Amino acid sequence: MPKREDIKSVLVIGSGPIVIGQACEFDYSGTQACRVLKEEGLRVILINSNPATIMTDPEFADATYVEPITPEFVEKVIAKERPDAILPTLGGQTALNAAIAAHESGVLEKYGVEMIGASFEAIHRGENRELFNAIVHKVGGEVARSFVCHSMEEVEKAAADLGFPIVVRPSFTMGGLGSGIAYDEEDMHRIAGAGLSASPTTEVLIEESIIGWKEYELEVMRDKADNVVIICSIENFDPMGVHTGDSITVAPAMTLTDREYQHLRDLAIGIIREVGVDTGGCNIQYAVNPADGRVIVIEMNPRVSRSSALASKATGFPIAKIAAKVAVGYTLDEIPNDITKETPASFEPTLDYVVVKVPRFAFEKFPTADPTLTTHMKSVGEAMAIGRSFTEALNKALRSLENKHAPFDWASPVGDKDALLEQIKVPHDGRLQELMQAIRAGATQAEIHDATKIDPWFVDQVFLIDEVAQQVAATDTLDAGALRLAKRHGLSDAQIAAIRGLQESEVRIARQTLGVRPVFKTVDTCAAEFAAATPYYYSSYDEETEVQPRAEGKQAVIILGSGPNRIGQGIEFDYSCVHASLALAEAGYETIMVNCNPETVSTDYDTSDRLYFEPLTMEDVLEIYEAERAAGPIAGVIATLGGQTPLGLAQGLQDAGVPIVGTSPEAIDLAEERGAFGRVLADAGLVAPKHGTAVSYDEAQEIAHAIGYPVLVRPSYVLGGRGMQIVYSDQALEAYINAATEISPDRPVLVDRFIDDAVEIDVDALYDGTDLFLGGVMEHIEEAGIHSGDSSCALPPITLGNAEIARIREATTAIAKGVGVRGLINIQFALGADVLYVIEANPRASRTVPFVSKATGTQLAKAAARLMLGESIAELRVAGVLPAEGDGGTLPADSPIAVKEAVLPFNRFRTKDGQFVDTVLGPEMKSTGEVMGFDADFGTAFSKSQAAAYGPLPTSGKVFVSIADRDKRTMVFPVRVLVDYGFEILATQGTAEVLRRNGIQATVVRKHFEGKGPSGEPTVVDMILAGDIDLIVNTPHGSTTTGGANSRIDGYEIRSSAVLTGTPCITTVQGLAAAVQGIAAVRAGAIGVRSLQEWNAAAEAAR
Amino acid sequence: MSGFEARSARTSTTGALLVLEDGRTFHGEAYGAEGETFGEAVFNTGMTGYQETLTDPSYHRQVVVMTAPHIGNTGVNDEDPESKRIWVAGYVVREPARVPSNWRSRRSLDDELKAQGVVGISGIDTRALTRHLRERGAMRVGISTLETDPAKLLEKVKASAEMSGANLSEAVSTAEAYVVPAQGEKRFTVAALDLGIKDMTPQRMSERGIEVHVLPATASIDDVLAVRPDGLFFSNGPGDPAATTGQVELLRQALERDLPYFGICFGNQLFGRALGFGTYKLKYGHRGINQPVMDLTTRKVEVTAHNHGFAVDAPIDAPTETPYGTATVSHVCLNDDVVEGLELRVSTGSTTEVGKLKAFSVQYHPEAAAGPHDAAYLFDRFTTLLEENA
Repeated sequence: MPKREDIKSVLVIGSGPIVIGQACEFDYSGTQACRVLKEEGLRVILINSNPATIMTDPEFADATYVEPITPEFVEKVIAKERPDAILPTLGGQTALNAAIAAHESGVLEKYGVEMIGASFEAIHRGENRELFNAIVHKVGGEVARSFVCHSMEEVEKAAADLGFPIVVRPSFTMGGLGSGIAYDEEDMHRIAGAGLSASPTTEVLIEESIIGWKEYELEVMRDKADNVVIICSIENFDPMGVHTGDSITVAPAMTLTDREYQHLRDLAIGIIREVGVDTGGCNIQYAVNPADGRVIVIEMNPRVSRSSALASKATGFPIAKIAAKVAVGYTLDEIPNDITKETPASFEPTLDYVVVKVPRFAFEKFPTADPTLTTHMKSVGEAMAIGRSFTEALNKALRSLENKHAPFDWASPVGDKDALLEQIKVPHDGRLQELMQAIRAGATQAEIHDATKIDPWFVDQVFLIDEVAQQVAATDTLDAGALRLAKRHGLSDAQIAAIRGLQESEVRIARQTLGVRPVFKTVDTCAAEFAAATPYYYSSYDEETEVQPRAEGKQAVIILGSGPNRIGQGIEFDYSCVHASLALAEAGYETIMVNCNPETVSTDYDTSDRLYFEPLTMEDVLEIYEAERAAGPIAGVIATLGGQTPLGLAQGLQDAGVPIVGTSPEAIDLAEERGAFGRVLADAGLVAPKHGTAVSYDEAQEIAHAIGYPVLVRPSYVLGGRGMQIVYSDQALEAYINAATEISPDRPVLVDRFIDDAVEIDVDALYDGTDLFLGGVMEHIEEAGIHSGDSSCALPPITLGNAEIARIREATTAIAKGVGVRGLINIQFALGADVLYVIEANPRASRTVPFVSKATGTQLAKAAARLMLGESIAELRVAGVLPAEGDGGTLPADSPIAVKEAVLPFNRFRTKDGQFVDTVLGPEMKSTGEVMGFDADFGTAFSKSQAAAYGPLPTSGKVFVSIADRDKRTMVFPVRVLVDYGFEILATQGTAEVLRRNGIQATVVRKHFEGKGPSGEPTVVDMILAGDIDLIVNTPHGSTTTGGANSRIDGYEIRSSAVLTGTPCITTVQGLAAAVQGIAAVRAGAIGVRSLQEWNAAAEAAR
Repeated sequence: MSGFEARSARTSTTGALLVLEDGRTFHGEAYGAEGETFGEAVFNTGMTGYQETLTDPSYHRQVVVMTAPHIGNTGVNDEDPESKRIWVAGYVVREPARVPSNWRSRRSLDDELKAQGVVGISGIDTRALTRHLRERGAMRVGISTLETDPAKLLEKVKASAEMSGANLSEAVSTAEAYVVPAQGEKRFTVAALDLGIKDMTPQRMSERGIEVHVLPATASIDDVLAVRPDGLFFSNGPGDPAATTGQVELLRQALERDLPYFGICFGNQLFGRALGFGTYKLKYGHRGINQPVMDLTTRKVEVTAHNHGFAVDAPIDAPTETPYGTATVSHVCLNDDVVEGLELRVSTGSTTEVGKLKAFSVQYHPEAAAGPHDAAYLFDRFTTLLEENA
């Protein structure tokens, strides 16, 4: 049954911005789908608001709409493109919800669009609890006893029947948002209350607790001929009670007999058939009672999921790619297995290795958040590792996390056993490490199992790791036997060194001298039954290596990826790495990717010629380098595209003789080292904000007084603004210094003048040693002081003139030259009182590279990769990689405007009391993702960015206005327009007075710091949180006098509550004017959609 | 036994040596019983079901290499064995479990192997060994915890028996006939020739109302007819089908009497031979539970359990006329187009008209222990065949 001929065009829906629970795994799946559909000759139409995705690169679709994934915009795209079909199963819950909305509103029917992959009815059966439970019963399975509730009264009744603890699961939310475990009535009211409001259908499921049971997941695939295969089984190390996204998970399942596994398989097949997912993949989760094997089906996702991405990487079976093929009509037996080329996809992968995934959390960014792990996902990323045993894979995974507390530690003091056993009862980030400490403190296997309910087999494996470490400690000499034992169980050179009191390099040299080296095995889907054609490798301390020799006449380039996603280092860096790989392959190199993040496009074995799924540590990268050097010539290693992770390895690799291409490690250091960088600036006649370094409060105070408050304080060597704060007084400064635990002469605190009232500007540029290519100049819409990753910005800059851009170009050239850049550089400037300050320079790919590339139609990372390998900007202009003339600083006057808006995760974090965490934005980055609004004018682009990030701008209702004095004059006109549009105006005292004098009536509301009034009158923040405000206009009060801090924080509180409630919030008068234009456009129904291909063609035509 | 008490059996660090007949050598640690063993080296790619594999009589005289690295995690229970003993000649694993964990587990696999005297080896690069067998084909192997000199062990390997030409069914078959009663109402009686039968096979028939008379491999046509069967069944089993003549003759006699027939695995190969097809040894066989097989009669793909080193040589694209009717290939393995099933129908003399089904067999394991249950419908097909001929 070949491809359907009645489908000529397909609309693929992406997943929008990266949020917790929905990360770049959907770029991976969407990119695969677009590739497949294009290869099949279909016209591919894509909608995704996230510019940092590979799938939104214009070459992956025929029409790429970087537009909000809202019902309104989806309809606009459908109306314009008239696709035959819509594929909603590869873009996470966002895509599924968008497609459901389009179905329910009749849009799909109106335009005759067929939902493929999974029908509306199938999606409904999979997601509606009652229907799903009935299906499970029908196929002979059991579900947890439960009640569907639509009100708190119903919840109370259900709890009375089931008894505590109970599990609360809201319907139709992604990543388990709003779900939790209630141990008593109070918990129940809090969690179920939030769940009812989080669910778009005001529906929660209250069910019996199966906490402590074993948890499993199967990835299932079905085609239209009803062929069903199980791609992968996954077992959670953490028993039931922890969201699978927050659990350590293992593939394949480790503790099931065949009979038990086949029972799960039979249920999975029965369920996918009954639900009716007839062309695609889904996953099904189970709980198994360890005492008697009773199986409970927890849930299914009738779509590709985070686990599908993991399963694809874990098995080599590309689920999204195959799902896209079966969606357009192929049957599984007609699709070849990519890896073997000779066998079909209608089989079940079998593994001869073990895969372990570990989550990465960001609680350090949200210090007041409750770090207890529940059924509500909190992790921001994950690392995966492959080994020939569980112990090897687990230890590799832990070191892949790049968190110095993650790998097991035998050097620290042994703690108190009872205290540790108590601590590990509750799942939290770091529990596994405490579990190991409990073992060291003498806990028995039974005690660990009793405390955690972790399966005895897994508990024993952790004991095994400890026993190996103890043997390494006890051995007289660290001989080949001892080393081999340690390495077979995954201990790193650094861990062995710590155990033996040595330096890591000493262990490495000893190990290499003794010939204890890893081999590289292939992920082949079939446990070596057939030869693999795809070089997808992992290391293991085993006997036989499988690295193939280099293709004749080829030079290789090794690209170091960015590791697990975290706040400050996410998909944007993976984007640059993928682009480098594509560009260098095109330039004739053999590309080799190293990364350990299963969510990414870079770890798709289709992306590069070779993939090493390995931790990004010095030890692991050096071994890969040696293995590849044995395979053939290597032109160099790229370390400047994957963010801080590979950058941190560059110097060490170079010292070990590895050729680092592009900007040298010395130049990277120079940009980070204040003294040297200061000299670069001085030579170029540029200024940085006044600053100093301090190792004590007294020193810091002295500097602060010399440069004047407010000051920006932060530790040295950070990424994503870790630990930064703006302080306004001695008192606050002292508190900061006292709280900073890691201050030492080696690690001083940096104290900078905070440039108040300045426009912040971000620049991405390419430099080849002679010429500069200004990629893009971004003007932040927020004032300086909010981390650039959390700010919205516009490109081209909306208020900068040619003279300012010329100054920025000159400064950028001088810095790039002074630092010695060969490739990309990102510089942050602040323009205040006509002085251009250099805030910082990073000679590497930045977070904004994909945004700039998409907004300008120029692929900066591709050009950077070729520059690093020796080509010049002039040559790249000739080669067509860069435009023949002009650059991102000389965009024509009628260029479209791109607005980037950050997306923040505050709605996922609660304190232990259940309150939302403090949402003040500041110099420390907290956002997880971004969207782009793109249109001809700033107003429309801005309204699109708001719609994509938070929801559409309102066209009626209540507007709250609070304006800084300097802006009061300019606000009158736009506010009057809002009144004309019928908005009701609320304002703070001062703003209201100004408005009244201008003939605009405004109701006065209390400021946040004033607190509730004597009769409980709400503050503006209370009103926003209550959903009483439809639009917020709040321009920051930039004063440095007393009280400045209060109003600044007031502004932050307003913005943060806007974030929590999804209320549109405008923070500049420019933004207000633009939003008014946007609202006008929305009211007129005139906002259109335009694909990147159309924009690029128009730009091409204008040249 | 989710027991921690079983821990520690794995403190032994006795060395063990594995030598293939082409000289490739692996050094590991003893697993299970200590001693020396020889057999044909084959690999099994199943990630679950080691207990069923070990007790499958088809593995008689074979040394089984498990490609899944962790073996023994769920211990050994009393419900899952497929026969009364472990049949493999030797066992090769990478990472044996130290602590078994499963609510049904009664003892550790290590203890079970020791108790049954099965010599094994652990800690070797099983993937390298598998790749070697894939590239060079199945071959003889020796494992020893006694011999430390690879050259000496190699001599012994070369002196050990070959699998080609071996008639082994009688060695694994039951000595006495026995009956597996029908569950619920008895609908049919089937004579099942035990050539190495797995317990799940009569179980699957009995679930469908069949009373199964399991007969020794040496049974004659009179022995078969004596149970007044509605149909005849030949089980899986070890050895070279080409070396098996008595049972082929028995099957021909049954076909001449139009006795409905169903065969599994070895029973498929003997059916092929009875119909006049040849059989041949595969380079490295099919042993796993993830093999895609297409039922050519429905074009549906099923994921199936396999354990065969030999296969039937029959034309896939056209029917073959035989003295007993028209034979067609009903199932093929999509990985390599190996014949996985045969059908015998009444000859119609026409190319368009299909005759009534008389007998059929599959090369793989619809009883699926271990393995997926996709092919369970074949037992229904057998029941239907019995019904139609009743």
